Amino acid sequence: MAKIHGAVTIEQERCKGCDLCVVACPCDVLALQPKEVNDRGYHFAYPQNAEACIGCAACALVCPDACIEVYKVVER
Amino acid sequence: MKREDIIKPENKVYSRPRLLDKNIMHYCPGCSHGVVHKLVAEVIEELGLEDSAIGIAPVGCAVFAYNYIDCDWIEAAHGRAPALATAVNRLYPSKVVFTYQGDGDLAAIGSAETIHACTRGENIVIIMINNGIYGMTGGQMSPCTLEGAKTATTPYGRRADLNGFPLRVSNVVSLLDGTCYVTRQAVHTPAAVRKAKAALKKAFTNARDKKGTSFVEIVATCSSGWKMTPDKSNKWMAENMFAHYPLGDIKDTAIPAGTAQ
Repeated sequence: MAKIHGAVTIEQERCKGCDLCVVACPCDVLALQPKEVNDRGYHFAYPQNAEACIGCAACALVCPDACIEVYKVVER
Repeated sequence: MKREDIIKPENKVYSRPRLLDKNIMHYCPGCSHGVVHKLVAEVIEELGLEDSAIGIAPVGCAVFAYNYIDCDWIEAAHGRAPALATAVNRLYPSKVVFTYQGDGDLAAIGSAETIHACTRGENIVIIMINNGIYGMTGGQMSPCTLEGAKTATTPYGRRADLNGFPLRVSNVVSLLDGTCYVTRQAVHTPAAVRKAKAALKKAFTNARDKKGTSFVEIVATCSSGWKMTPDKSNKWMAENMFAHYPLGDIKDTAIPAGTAQ
């Protein structure tokens, strides 16, 4: 069976910490930084559980600030 | 598989649309405007309209739309975007003209311009962001505010006997002969975002092919105006707004009457 590996990169300075990507992710990959903030004071999102990503791009679709890029590899 | 092996240009499946400028948007965290801006940029790019698309910016939160999408823009007076779009479309028939308006701009002060542009069947796209509130000015009641919703000007909730009933603009313009495509969409889930993009693409295609006025209403959130978190706003919208503003195509002249699903 083919195995899907995904990865997301988040532009942390552009992120406003709205939490929508965290809610949209079906694999619980993303989380907001609990303490660290970016230059504008937002708790930005980061891939907390990066191995679980399947590259479905749900997070990137709902991101209002278009700060997420998605990569995907299908291993056959 | 290592993260470095996955993050390579050839494996990229989703990235920021090229036509979205690098400026950081002034919208509040979680605002639906950002998603719709992204979709408009993607659609213009995919249809190859970047040299021929002219946007008409409204007065409201989206007043700085020209800072974010890399095509030609004109700023209209409050509510007058469809009138200005008419002028641009008639002077430059080869261009694809679209307006981007909120519900306060389009449904209140701009209702006459909207209805007459639609009834003349101008070959334009009207994008309406319906969040049921005047977001920029501090959360006052708009014509699309739901009954019972608390806003700055209806602190005890909107009352039908005092403030009237919420206006379904899409249903009104679908009755006009000039419109060719009227739809109501939302951007609260990944599936809804995909559907909204398909609707916008169809609307821009109609404008390019001179089929008549296309009207795309996006039911949206205003987490600052509603005083909720972005996630809670999305849930509140799905529970309350969709009952009054049901999603789906309202009119599509490409499908003969009576056969629509």
